[in-house]
Amino acid sequence: MPTPVTQEQRNIQKTGKNDPIPVQVLLILLTFAFFASFVFMPLALVFSQALGKGWQLYIDSIREPFAIAALKLTLLTAAIVVPLNAVFGVAAAWAVSKFSFRGKTLLVSLLDLPFAVSPVIAGLIFVLLLGSRTPFGSWLGEHGIRIIFSTPGIVIATLFVTFPFVARELIPLMESQGREEEEAAVTLGAKGWQMFRIVTLPNIRWGLLYGMILCMARSIGEFGAVSVVSGHIRGMTNTVPLHVEILYSEYNYTASFAVASILVFLAIFTIVAKALLEHQIQQRQPAQADLT
Amino acid sequence: MPPFSTNRKHILPGFGLSMGYTVFYLSAIVIVPLATIVIGTFRMDPQAFIGTVTAPRVLASCRLSLTTALLAALCDSVFGFLAAWTLVRYRFPGRKILDALVDIPFALPTAVAGICFATLYSPVGWIGQLLAAKGIQLINTPTGIVIALIFIGFPFVVRTLQPVLSELEPEIEESARSLGATRWQTFRRVLFPHLFPSLLTGATLSFARGIGEYGSVIFIAGNLPYKTEIAPLMIMSKLDQFDYDGASAVAFMLLIASFTMLLMLNAVQRWQEKASH
Repeated sequence: MPTPVTQEQRNIQKTGKNDPIPVQVLLILLTFAFFASFVFMPLALVFSQALGKGWQLYIDSIREPFAIAALKLTLLTAAIVVPLNAVFGVAAAWAVSKFSFRGKTLLVSLLDLPFAVSPVIAGLIFVLLLGSRTPFGSWLGEHGIRIIFSTPGIVIATLFVTFPFVARELIPLMESQGREEEEAAVTLGAKGWQMFRIVTLPNIRWGLLYGMILCMARSIGEFGAVSVVSGHIRGMTNTVPLHVEILYSEYNYTASFAVASILVFLAIFTIVAKALLEHQIQQRQPAQADLT
Repeated sequence: MPPFSTNRKHILPGFGLSMGYTVFYLSAIVIVPLATIVIGTFRMDPQAFIGTVTAPRVLASCRLSLTTALLAALCDSVFGFLAAWTLVRYRFPGRKILDALVDIPFALPTAVAGICFATLYSPVGWIGQLLAAKGIQLINTPTGIVIALIFIGFPFVVRTLQPVLSELEPEIEESARSLGATRWQTFRRVLFPHLFPSLLTGATLSFARGIGEYGSVIFIAGNLPYKTEIAPLMIMSKLDQFDYDGASAVAFMLLIASFTMLLMLNAVQRWQEKASH
């Protein structure tokens, strides 16, 4: 399929050719050297360590009961966190992108707040709020509810660190789409839910999916925040990244890297999904891309 | 603007519901929990607070976190600029794969990055071996921390520079050249000043991230008190001793540091907008 040459591509073709060939070659080689030492080597290392003692040990390390329990807990956490943050993301993006109100800039910057906070602090705030030594935590404890050093604590800390992903993806997308289509639907008599399902959702589905994938990747991989609230009880409150840490600190490197390789697959999946979805999102707005 | 424009905002349903839910959820998950640190710190005895944050071990950890994050941000400016420049301006085999891999530090769980760098640079690791032959050891040193932070921070620089680089008009360079500027002069006087605000934004983001980073650092750092113990780890060890006040005092200082960074970033971005008009 022939694609029209955009202004941007024209810029690149012309500017790139301005640089002398030896400079180009040198810079490209330096870039490859940087990627080799900071990206390729760490990724290759994971598989070389994980498979270094044979496939059998690799499979055994992944199928070991504590690893399975950690995987289950991680998936459970992601299964709770992603839908909650997705619903919130859609609601926040709807309010911010389709209406104007006072304090909008403040609200948008507050939405990004969790990204500015160290993961360890993200865990600490929930220990301070809900831990058994705090008034609220001890009240919960008297009623038999345990949050910190237990699954709910892991879920809440993960909710915090993955909070902005979906909203942040949807706000610019929905702002660029404007209000006309939804207004037309409402004028033609659509109910709020009908309008959302038939007009809004199809327009934002790729952006929403992308935000949810980023949210999922982070909720599966979160380490610092979860480490603070989990208590590291094997088979109970151990997530996959925490399991990697425990195995590593016990000098069980092969098992540690074997479990880590699951997380590397997750990272590669995220990156491929990102590339595919960005393609989809761009294709939906070809007219706008050409105008700018 | 049509005369109905102010009215039309109110046609769409769901403002009350979506806004109400947004504010409720934001408060429950983010604002109230974060406020506990601030309230907890203000309820502390001022003497105890000052005592905690000026304890030599705490000061050493804060200094270490700030200096390593700053050094890593500087290195990221160089490497990130190089990568963004090459990926945007040149066409070569593997470019699209490299471009996608820029996001690896965002996508790879930090603990995995941590054990990878600790193993690579250990005296028997792939890189550590070569360095050990020359008598250099990076593991358990501040340099090791910087290496982990370079990895964590470089996508911020690349991703903020890429859009600006691809929007550069070839005419700018051509006119500078036709006015007699050499290639280096064109770069230094024309292109670089244009790219600098974005470079600064990316480096600040990488710096802010580096101050709070935990997972990728603790494995390579060795965590020796006064030497390679970072501030987030300080919070962690105070929590392990159930010193909740101490932990929140250190956390409060770290929060102040990251919010100052973000405010400065805001100022940089406003300056950038002004410069581009």
